[in-house]
Amino acid sequence: MSAQEIRYVQAVAQALRDSLEADERVMVLGEDIAAAGGSFKATRGLLEAFGPERVRDTPISEASIVSATVGAALTGMRPVVEIMFMDFVTLAMDALVNQAAKARFMFGGQGSVPMVLRTPHGGGLSAGPQHSQCLEAWLAHVPGLKVVCPSTPQDAYSLLRAAIDDPDPVVVVEHKALYGQKGPVESTVGRIGEARIVRPGRDLTLVSYGATVAICAQAAEALATEGVEAEVIDLRSIQPWDRETVLASLARTHRAVVVHEAVTAFGVGAEIAACLSDEGFDDLDAPVLRVGAPFMPVPFASSLEEGYAVNVEAVLAAARKTLN
Amino acid sequence: MSATGKSGKAAAETAHRGSLLALYRTMALIREVELALSRLFANGEVPGFIHLSLGQEAIAAGVASALAPQDSLATTHRGHGHVLARGIDVDGFFKEIMGRAGGLCKGRGGSMHVADLSLGILGANGIVGAGIPIAMGSAIAHATRKTGGVAVAFFGDGAMAEGVLHETLNMAALWKLPLLLVCENNGWSEFSPTSRQFAAKLEALAGAFGIAYAKVDGNDAPAVSDAAREAAAELRAGRGPFVLECITHRVRGHYEGDPQKYRDADELQALESKDPLARMRGTLGKAGVPDADVQRIDDEIRARVESAIEVARADELPVFADAVGDVYTATGAEARQ
Repeated sequence: MSAQEIRYVQAVAQALRDSLEADERVMVLGEDIAAAGGSFKATRGLLEAFGPERVRDTPISEASIVSATVGAALTGMRPVVEIMFMDFVTLAMDALVNQAAKARFMFGGQGSVPMVLRTPHGGGLSAGPQHSQCLEAWLAHVPGLKVVCPSTPQDAYSLLRAAIDDPDPVVVVEHKALYGQKGPVESTVGRIGEARIVRPGRDLTLVSYGATVAICAQAAEALATEGVEAEVIDLRSIQPWDRETVLASLARTHRAVVVHEAVTAFGVGAEIAACLSDEGFDDLDAPVLRVGAPFMPVPFASSLEEGYAVNVEAVLAAARKTLN
Repeated sequence: MSATGKSGKAAAETAHRGSLLALYRTMALIREVELALSRLFANGEVPGFIHLSLGQEAIAAGVASALAPQDSLATTHRGHGHVLARGIDVDGFFKEIMGRAGGLCKGRGGSMHVADLSLGILGANGIVGAGIPIAMGSAIAHATRKTGGVAVAFFGDGAMAEGVLHETLNMAALWKLPLLLVCENNGWSEFSPTSRQFAAKLEALAGAFGIAYAKVDGNDAPAVSDAAREAAAELRAGRGPFVLECITHRVRGHYEGDPQKYRDADELQALESKDPLARMRGTLGKAGVPDADVQRIDDEIRARVESAIEVARADELPVFADAVGDVYTATGAEARQ
């Protein structure tokens, strides 16, 4: 049976639908997710299929709706909350950081908090400084949270299913610029913490996640025309991240560049580069480099956002630097 | 009056005395535990810092008397009384607060995070107001799963200034959730009088959302119990939510060891006359409960608490390796770092 070609956003909706069908404890809540079908239509059709108790429109109260998922999860539900833009998780940080992340540990392992927070990050839509940020590093820094970031329709489906099945709190970071991307999707449940080798190569490892995976793949194509074979790894999961796959790749290529859309400083790339420099020191022929956004807010105007965004040229420049 | 009537009246009186004694027993346990913790803290046997609920025992006992096994509650940094009233294991409670391996939370949380999920206790909380939306989520679960349960959010007057209370009132009203919001108004938001912290009145706030509200003397345990039972009945009938404001007094400082220089001597001196336990003993006497019965409860509780302290002292300290492995649920795919 060949997999169906659907859009990333449809894969999200399908994962929610299948989870709601598979497990009566699952509920979906968020702002305009029910009657309106979601700002990006990631929840379209769910209200009609599952009713207003399990598919619940909430007021614009991010702090309390995310906290509510903690209480609901501790009382037998598996809630999935949508936060319309990742920038708005700032309003729900107590719920995520002090409550969801810590309940299992600070209650001595009596239970866990099987909640999921879905949210789109990323720029490219001239959405401006408060609707474009990539804040996943903040959440990956919090013990108790898991953070995944699918880059394909298949992973959007599989990782969301895995997140909903997971007993611990998981933040699923989607990318709003990828919502329209089409790809084959099979109804498989993924495994959180497993990276994917997008393209094998012997000369250099490009480690990425989310929308910049495609940029790395394009850079690898360009490098191939010059006789350089870059291996591209899609982390898929940021917390935990797949050290084994990345270190094994480094052992083959001896060079690595970490690429992400988020600000470089204090980011996911810094953690990975530090780990490779430590555990992979003997394999390294060059310093691990990072490519990310400059240390500034995401600007609005297209010309400014173009200057801000990570592009193929920036990845190629880093790749050439590490090869020389 | 017929013989049946007489015996019926006698049975009702016995039942009434029984419920008063049950309230007293809970309050006496909380009092004994809090006084013991005060001594243990002074001795250096309780690490960190603790917030005692001395003087607020009637609220915990009264509200807990209205709860059923399927109900849930979220409480505050000043939450010892609520979890004790709900029936938490006293040995496990002392072990937790004294940082022992056998603590209810294996010594990971301490005073501000005591929880027992098997009793529906979703935790005390170190963040002011944070338990309110957690309890709301629990109420959503009760409503969705049709458990017949209600969720209780205990909060202090200091939390009235937190946004999550206002958000929760709105959602609980929109969705008619089985949520009992119990405000323990002791007049002090940490080190500041509530009059300088909150411009509104809780009654008006509840009214703004069309939420049923009752105010009760929080130092009168039977009154709290009656009010909580009426509120719980409304919630179980699907007419929730409900705000119950209990007026009380904070006997000790914000934290144990707080010198309370911000409170005047008159206020502190007047507290003794408002003691909810002394009032409850008076109520028991009027209901015909012999002093000896009350004394027996006091003795039993003193022995119970002394025993719990000895058990906790003898318990082992928690081992770091066990704690670090419990950040995530072991599923085979758990976080690797």
